[in-house]
Amino acid sequence: MSGSSVNGEGIGARALRKEDARHLHGRGQFVGDLAMAGLQDVAFLRSPVAHAVILSRSKPSRSDGAIFFHDDLTGALPIVTRSSIPGYKVSDYPVLARERVRFVGEPVAMCVAASRALAEDLTETIDVQYDELPAIMSCDSGRAAGAALLHPQWGDNLFLETSFDSGLDPAVADAPIKVELDISTARQTMHPLEGKGVVAHWDHRAAQLVVHTSTQVPHLIRAGLAECLGLPQAMVRIIAPDVGGGFGYKCLLQPEEVAVAWLALSYKTPFRWIEDRREHLVAGANARQHQYHIKAYADQQGRLLGMDAEVSVDVGAYSVWPFTACLEAAQAGGNLPGPYHLTAYRVQTYSVATNKPPFAPYRGVARPGVCFAMEQVIDAIAKAVGREAWEVRAENLVPGSAMPYTNITNKHYDSGDYPAALLSAKEMIGLDAFRAGARRDARGRYLGIGFASYTEQSAHGTKVFAAWGLPFVPGYDQAFVKLTPDGALEVRSGIHTIGQGLETTLAQVACEVTGVPLRDIRVTLGDTATTPFSTGAYASRGIVMAGGAVGRAGEVVASRIKAIAAHLLQVAPDAVTFRDGRIYAGNASLSYADVGRAWYFRPEQLPEDVDRGGLEATEGYKPDVDGGLFSYASHAVQVAVDAETGLVEILDYVIVEDCGRMVNPMIVEGQTYGGAAQGVGTALFEESPYDANGQPLASTLIDYLLPGPVELPKFRIAHRETLSPYTKFGIKGVGEGGAIAPPAAIINAINDALAPLHAQVRDAPASPKRVLAAIEAAKGHVGALAGADA
Amino acid sequence: MKPAAFDYVRVRSVREAVDLLAAKDDAKILAGGQSLTPMLNLRLARSQLLIDIKRAEGLRSLAADDSVVAIGVGWTHAEIEDGVFEDPTRGLMRHVARGIAYRAVRNRGTIGGSLAHADPAADWVSTMAVLGATLVCEGAGGKRRHVAADSFLQGAFLTQLASDEVLVAVEVPRLSAQARWGYYKICRKAGEFAHALGAVIHDPARNICRIVVGATDGPPKLLPGTAAALAADPMSEALDGLDQEIIAALPEHEPAARRLHATAVRRAIAAMSTRMDH
Ligand SMILES: Cc1cc2nc3c(=O)[nH]c(=O)nc-3n(C[C@H](O)[C@H](O)[C@H](O)COP(=O)(O)OP(=O)(O)OC[C@H]3O[C@@H](n4cnc5c(N)ncnc54)[C@H](O)[C@@H]3O)c2cc1C
Repeated sequence: MSGSSVNGEGIGARALRKEDARHLHGRGQFVGDLAMAGLQDVAFLRSPVAHAVILSRSKPSRSDGAIFFHDDLTGALPIVTRSSIPGYKVSDYPVLARERVRFVGEPVAMCVAASRALAEDLTETIDVQYDELPAIMSCDSGRAAGAALLHPQWGDNLFLETSFDSGLDPAVADAPIKVELDISTARQTMHPLEGKGVVAHWDHRAAQLVVHTSTQVPHLIRAGLAECLGLPQAMVRIIAPDVGGGFGYKCLLQPEEVAVAWLALSYKTPFRWIEDRREHLVAGANARQHQYHIKAYADQQGRLLGMDAEVSVDVGAYSVWPFTACLEAAQAGGNLPGPYHLTAYRVQTYSVATNKPPFAPYRGVARPGVCFAMEQVIDAIAKAVGREAWEVRAENLVPGSAMPYTNITNKHYDSGDYPAALLSAKEMIGLDAFRAGARRDARGRYLGIGFASYTEQSAHGTKVFAAWGLPFVPGYDQAFVKLTPDGALEVRSGIHTIGQGLETTLAQVACEVTGVPLRDIRVTLGDTATTPFSTGAYASRGIVMAGGAVGRAGEVVASRIKAIAAHLLQVAPDAVTFRDGRIYAGNASLSYADVGRAWYFRPEQLPEDVDRGGLEATEGYKPDVDGGLFSYASHAVQVAVDAETGLVEILDYVIVEDCGRMVNPMIVEGQTYGGAAQGVGTALFEESPYDANGQPLASTLIDYLLPGPVELPKFRIAHRETLSPYTKFGIKGVGEGGAIAPPAAIINAINDALAPLHAQVRDAPASPKRVLAAIEAAKGHVGALAGADA
Repeated sequence: MKPAAFDYVRVRSVREAVDLLAAKDDAKILAGGQSLTPMLNLRLARSQLLIDIKRAEGLRSLAADDSVVAIGVGWTHAEIEDGVFEDPTRGLMRHVARGIAYRAVRNRGTIGGSLAHADPAADWVSTMAVLGATLVCEGAGGKRRHVAADSFLQGAFLTQLASDEVLVAVEVPRLSAQARWGYYKICRKAGEFAHALGAVIHDPARNICRIVVGATDGPPKLLPGTAAALAADPMSEALDGLDQEIIAALPEHEPAARRLHATAVRRAIAAMSTRMDH
């Protein structure tokens, strides 16, 4: 399937990325690079306490226009994320704190000055008195009877509780094998290289509020911002310039974004807020923190018979816009069965409000946690039946012969061969040779291999989002394609590129259908004034949705090019083909410029019945199914665990993935590397701990460890390419997948390594502390057993 | 994350720096800025006046005799790593420098800044303690004091430097040709501060055997008992007394932390016994 049909640079080509030249030369244009006359900087005074009633706030006299409290932002409404899911409770997220603060870092006042340093000086002139309330710092304490309430009108601390039960009892009654596990993943922040940033100004000519913001979803932000500021949408223009990573964080409408836009609207001069790393660590969108209690039932072979799970997600103080505080738990409950054939399943989920920053969907959304839990279950079952984990895993995976397959939570797996990917991963990592070799290396470290398999629901659409009751539901993504008079192609889409290379891959799709050479295709994204509507870049949907739309619009333009070319060459339109960057009929050929010139400047050459739409078209696209396309992969990893220091080194890492038709395999690999690197962070390093009073303990990168190049293995990737039957070109999404499996594969490898010590780590990250604690606990256990025997 | 306003002076001499320190209450020396500027940016440290000593005369000096090399405080970690001047410790200092942070930090951070900053987890703090180095402090009127590196720290981020003194040099004793050293830093990431640190030198020709356990939340601790055992029997790897001596040295630490520190020391010793020069 690899290799491209058109000019060697259409779909399937390993084309170099169009966006790289400017980035490699440091000439990207990010929000922080914008210069504007009269630009003023904004700094926020943030709450120093986790939960409190604000008793009083005061600012120096004559600070009007420089220091703002909640009541000063006349007309700015709180961010309210509604959902039609029954039982969901709505939180008002004020742009600046009103009567209460609910997490350390919540914006309390906004300060404006000629520089950021001066604005930060102003924050020090403000006096706020707090009356502290007990801080809710975990799901358990949030759900405890008599817990302090974050939103007193709710009566409890639950944003949402959901349950699903297919009927579990028969499976439970018959099962000879039962395993019961408690598993958790730590709270994280997302750390795009570029933090959030906003520059807002008033365009007097257009009579528009223009907001340059580092976002993945410009068209959605326009809707959300207009709502919060009470403006007609036509009065708001959102421009996302270069965006240095998003990972879900930049899908959100941020209070800071609303506040800065309010300033520009009110004062009609430009204002800027650039999030710094500390703000990101303390107040930026949090993610990943799940807690699982799972009972799984299996037969003597290790075949899953049923599973009973309780999932709690520590979702912080407010519901984020637009995804709500509940998307994560809903996804966790729905996705826990993963790529497995499971016939009996019960799950209860809790989205618990806590005194931490709001929780947001992060690359992989719920699945890294789900995979981490489920894959430990599979390994625990394998252990209980005394078999190799990969074998038990392979027998439980949905087989290729069952495709398409609808699983127990009604997810429709479109295509693929899950066990085949696992088997290749097992071969590539060399499990058999490893099992025949030593369990410890020359330095005495314990060696182990772990596996993890998953599905990645990509580009899930209308039906899925409607079921979640979100304030918006994605439908058709639109794209605009136009041949210019000189024969180049303009492509416009409302999606945004945040590092995933859409300027290149969308151009490859356009090249595929129009034959216009890649270098002559210009892709414009991320500006609500110049692009057709898309809900944006999230849920691994970009290349499926925008790619499909560009394909459709491109085909319309291509057929019109052919019609004009056929007339010019005096042949029938179906005799016209695109080849080598030109338009052919037999041996006669034209350039694209010949056709462009005819339409725009030489209408006397056009056929009578020429399409009046000309050489441009806007088309909408969505896949034939709304429930998403399922990419999948198996990861295998070998680790060495130092039992004296608790340090884990990754010795080898193998990924066998299938994302359907690859538009650009090099970009697929880049996405996979990047995601897997973040997965290693989740597995071994990243953690935002809090003390009992709600103070964040990791507020710089000295305390919040991100994996660097030295800590990352050389990921070895192999591809499978099973087309989706439901999408244009057979494409599936791939943006998130890499991040899903590493925590699971690595924890399984660690536990495989530690098997001789009977130690088991169940929580991520597997920090030295946790690894050493597990080893110590096992010593106690073994000792107790020895004692009992004696 | 921007600092509050401050004044900045680049001094030409240590004397000028000392005078300014004496004149201004919260004046601070600025060396490589790799610890100070982040603290200023976070507004965890404040200063009305930063006294930049990078160009001050005499701080990038080297004075060597047969037994000691006096290293000016202005040399950067990177220069030491690169061997810009002769390493009197037979590779220990170069090895240590290479493990500090990453190159961008090493290009600016100085050995003197690191010692004066007195982070218990800093590499030079333990290294100079194990080497038995002497720190030279200069105060009012050019008066110089010599302080043993192993007692320079009084606690975390607290040293014997008086408020109007500048650290000017580190006198490092030369290791003899037979000397062996071992250094082991336990950290999770390349270039991270140590979670536990062990350092050992054994120089029979000078009749010196010293072991330090570092990154302890306070000053590095010498382990004389274990050192004596090692000197008596350099091939011994048993070191039976080590755990007890660590417990005595770190009475406040959790057992897990003590085990980690004992591991660092044990591995420093093991590294020494297998490699003569690094
Ligand atoms: C990301 C990162 C990672 C790091 N990792 C490590 C590591 O692994 N190991 C390690 O050891 N260090 C590490 N460091 C710290 C680094 O080594 C610093 O360079 C060093 O601590 C400070 O040296 P400096 O010259 O930059 O001093 P500055 O930051 O300029 O000053 C530090 C302090 O010392 C005072 N001071 C400086 N010079 C003198 C003097 N001559 N007399 C009196 N007072 C003085 C200053 O007033 C200030 O209070 C790391 C730093 C960073 C940013």
